[in-house]
Amino acid sequence: MSAAPRPGRSGLALGLVLTGLLAGAAVLSLVWTPYDPAAQDIGRRMLPPSAAHLLGTDHFGRDVLSMIMAGARASLGVALAATAIGLGVGAPLGLLAASRRDGVVDEAVMRVNDIVFAFPALVLAILLAAVFGPGAAGAIVAIGLFNVPVFARLTRAGALGQWSRDYVSAARAAGRSDLAISIEHIAPNLAGLLIVQAAIQAALGVGAEAGLSYVGLGVQPPSPSWGRMLNDAQTLAGTAPWLAVFPGLAIALSVLGLSLLGEGLRDRLDPAWERRP
Amino acid sequence: MTAPLLSIENLSLRLDGRDILRSVSLTLAPGRVLGLVGESGSGKSMTALAVLGLAPPGATATGRVLLDGEDLLQAGERRMRSVRGGDVGLVFQEPMTALDPLQTIGDQVAEAVRLHRGASRAEARRAAAAMLERVGLPAARFPLSRHPHELSGGQRQRVAIAAAMAAGPRLLIADEPTTALDVTTQARILDLLRQVTREDGVGLILISHDLAVVADLADDIAILKDGEVVEAGETLSLFRELRHPYSRALVEASALRPRPPPGTASRTVDAPPLLEAAGLIREHNGARRLWGPARPFRAVDGVDLTLHAGERVGLVGESGSGKSTLLRALLALDDIQGGAVRLDGRRFERRRAPADLRRKIQVVFQDPYGSFDPRWKVADLIAEPLRLSPDAPIGAARRRRVEAMLEQVGLKPADADRRPHAFSGGQRQRIAIARALIVEPQILALDEAVSALDVRVRAQILSLLDDLSERLGLAYLFVTHDLSVVRAATDRLLVMQNGKVVETGETAAVFAAPRHPYTRTLLAATPDLERALAARAAQVAL
Repeated sequence: MSAAPRPGRSGLALGLVLTGLLAGAAVLSLVWTPYDPAAQDIGRRMLPPSAAHLLGTDHFGRDVLSMIMAGARASLGVALAATAIGLGVGAPLGLLAASRRDGVVDEAVMRVNDIVFAFPALVLAILLAAVFGPGAAGAIVAIGLFNVPVFARLTRAGALGQWSRDYVSAARAAGRSDLAISIEHIAPNLAGLLIVQAAIQAALGVGAEAGLSYVGLGVQPPSPSWGRMLNDAQTLAGTAPWLAVFPGLAIALSVLGLSLLGEGLRDRLDPAWERRP
Repeated sequence: MTAPLLSIENLSLRLDGRDILRSVSLTLAPGRVLGLVGESGSGKSMTALAVLGLAPPGATATGRVLLDGEDLLQAGERRMRSVRGGDVGLVFQEPMTALDPLQTIGDQVAEAVRLHRGASRAEARRAAAAMLERVGLPAARFPLSRHPHELSGGQRQRVAIAAAMAAGPRLLIADEPTTALDVTTQARILDLLRQVTREDGVGLILISHDLAVVADLADDIAILKDGEVVEAGETLSLFRELRHPYSRALVEASALRPRPPPGTASRTVDAPPLLEAAGLIREHNGARRLWGPARPFRAVDGVDLTLHAGERVGLVGESGSGKSTLLRALLALDDIQGGAVRLDGRRFERRRAPADLRRKIQVVFQDPYGSFDPRWKVADLIAEPLRLSPDAPIGAARRRRVEAMLEQVGLKPADADRRPHAFSGGQRQRIAIARALIVEPQILALDEAVSALDVRVRAQILSLLDDLSERLGLAYLFVTHDLSVVRAATDRLLVMQNGKVVETGETAAVFAAPRHPYTRTLLAATPDLERALAARAAQVAL
């Protein structure tokens, strides 16, 4: 039986590799890129992939590989910050709602969540951009806000399951407050669940950041961004297809990698698998 | 002797290098009942699964399983599919999960008929109606269009039996069919199993951990331990002369001795009670209605209860009687909607439960697996209630206190560094007792604390509790559905039905002369090994 591979194991490995490449490119770009991603060289514009420029150059003569490496920083940064906002705000809200289950607080928290959930993210991002000017901060807040109800609902559902367990009753009989029980008993038991969801939300965040940058609401020039690279390549796709293909691939592989990582982790952490011989 | 219906010859099962079954040999004649008895992990359920070719993937079975001469171990998967449900019917422990919640009861019973007898839809439906009528669910009162959630646990088990019997099997296997049911329901389901198998001349394999249940129903018994049959034979003669020491230990542990009535000198009736509930009311939110507020459901309805220092009181009732809800209110875990709880003369309620009161009453829950945070070490689990003490020890002193508690409940000091999953069910209940006793409470509440344990472990835990109460002068509140436990462990008892206390009195007196009809029903329905054997002997004499 041990010879049969568990589903999700190969997916998890691929997810780890892709996510590692993404994170590696982002970190490396801090200290080194083949060329300065912002350096324009009109004489070497629109070059197809070659030994000097592995992924070619764009219409300003900038090195595409360097831009994609630097763009990984923006994508990953925005996605992780937005996920952190969702987790940091949503998980405590979910814990609070579950500890006051069937009460006014629970009702209020969950209904506000429903309202946020029902509000289109793009409209909010445009709104934020109109008020504060477009930029990474606006993208982070807009995407992060929509992560909040996801984490709040998930945490509440998981925590409600834990609250009905005997060990929680035992802790209450031992005089522990609801807050102490939420922090010391319930939150650690939900950690696996939340880590998995965080990976999936980060994947969605990479996609969302690319979308916002594409319409000009994300990271602003001169910082490179995959979404804006796609936008720039739009009119040139016929003559210089690599300008559209490589940032598109970067987005697709990053989303795929983080999704596989999340789902692989879910399969590994699923207790149903542990019980099987 | 007629040719056997089922003959298991030297059945062995290996899984992951471990022997699950070792050379099990059993025979069952048509129309007879074979009881398989054993503790958890003894291999009794695995034997049934192996017969049906349902052993876990990766297991290798050797030996022969002959059903009317056909070796089922050699049969292909196609043949086995028609054996399961066709030649051999199955009834499981949990009637809620064994039925499809989305299918009507009529469809579930009819499905077996259509699959295995090739009947048309209309024929199958008629057969299903007839079968449901036979198991006591006449279509006039229980239309075929009912869904499982509209039935009680006992009624669902009747549907499961009807579905298993509908295709006209030669053999019925019932795996702990009454373990999840109340005692009064259990008695009726056992009667039904006896009746339908006898009428159709079907062989029945009854798997149970409960010796009394098996002795009541089974003509032959096999006692299993660690995958081996340690003793087998005709029921009466087997119990008359138990040869194997394990079977003797098992019988001894299941027959709990009644506790001797307390001497009059030990009663301190004049002292005020330690715990007192007066007119206690506990309501749940009922089903929500479309308009207007939800109608509350009264789970505990005006209960009075007293518990004196050092006294041992039992709270008995079937599921839904409100006994656990009452206990949670007494522990100040839930809000109450009427009446009052006083602990040591002071109000003790969820919103006013100061630490000095809370540490006077501690609790042990039923499920030895669910009552610990799986991530915590035993030392931290046991020390958790210590925060209630004003002078809680810290550091090395705390550790010594934990180790002393572990030794007091019969565990080793080194166990403090392990996590709960490393312990067996009985050991976990010892840890739960240590956790409850570390703050030196005066009352220990036990919510079905021995119900999930094997009989030998149950006897050990009960004797540990005896020992602790003598040493520490503890008062016990036993909440349980099991009358034999109450009889063995308490001085006084309260019987609850539908949220009310219907009878109260000294345990020995209530058992000798129950006054309330419900108490009499409960007593009569409680399986009793001696009574079952006497009835069987009387039958033989006729």
